[in-house]
Amino acid sequence: MAHFKKKRGGSKQEVPTSAMPDVVFMLLFFFMVTTVLREVTLKVRVNLTQAENIEKIEQKRLLSYVYIGPERLPGNQLGEDKVQIDDAIVEDIGAIRNLMYDKLREQPKLIVSLRVDESSEFGLLTDVQEELKKASAFRINYSTRREP
Amino acid sequence: MLLKKRERESAEINGSSMADIAFLLLIFFLVTTTINVDTGIGLVLPPPLQEDQEPPPIKERNLMNILVNAEGRVLMDDQPYQLTEVKERLKEFIDNPTNDPNLSESPDMAIVSVKTQRQTPYRIYVDMLDEVMGAYKELRDAASRANYGVPFGALQDDSPQYDQITDMYPKKISIAEPGDN
Repeated sequence: MAHFKKKRGGSKQEVPTSAMPDVVFMLLFFFMVTTVLREVTLKVRVNLTQAENIEKIEQKRLLSYVYIGPERLPGNQLGEDKVQIDDAIVEDIGAIRNLMYDKLREQPKLIVSLRVDESSEFGLLTDVQEELKKASAFRINYSTRREP
Repeated sequence: MLLKKRERESAEINGSSMADIAFLLLIFFLVTTTINVDTGIGLVLPPPLQEDQEPPPIKERNLMNILVNAEGRVLMDDQPYQLTEVKERLKEFIDNPTNDPNLSESPDMAIVSVKTQRQTPYRIYVDMLDEVMGAYKELRDAASRANYGVPFGALQDDSPQYDQITDMYPKKISIAEPGDN
């Protein structure tokens, strides 16, 4: 009896923690890979407007963004309204057609998300839309925030 | 004597704090990760008209012309309205419950045309479009509740019920080329 008791007292009560760093590292890598810190550096100011009747777009990989807004100039100043696609400002509106056409070939179900500054004028937007039509990128989305 | 002592020293790096460091990084990435969904007003643009192609004929009664100017004033079929009245007016036009000969023949034939000026701020244009979307949403919701007892948002995408409601109230919205005056 006494012998039995002694054996019990000697057994370990702790959970083995040696594999913990591995588990944590695995989680860490998962989040590092999924985190998108910022896709592009915005060269134009985009303050989104608000709307009530909006839809969610969950298929993020179908999306391609077009930013329209006043250009950010050095010294916190704002310039003329410009169009930005990917990382660069597109000066020639006619070039949008080819850009979008290439994107459409890569992703046939492309949705063009237009992120337009609330104070930008409709004229530039309609020029961009005309180019999108010519590139056959018909599915668009006006990005807005939910009205509180 | 000296040699013996050296041999006993552990050659490994102390790894016990590794888990703490990893946890700290993990928490940082957990906090900074935003699984954000893009929200907005979806629209399908029409194909561009060919030079020699005539626009398809549309009956006058099925077309609702909405004009918005840069100051946010609204004209609907040449009648001035407030922006807040647009939704009710549109619902009446699309649904036409009294069979008014001046309003659309049936909801699926109604076309809403939004026209604005080049100088119009984007905010006003989106507010206008939001009202149009709101009118359609409420009509679809009402139809879905009447037929299936659930709001439209609860229907599964591409289910037969969903398709039936969208066929009843197709969103036919035309964004016209902006005028200069």
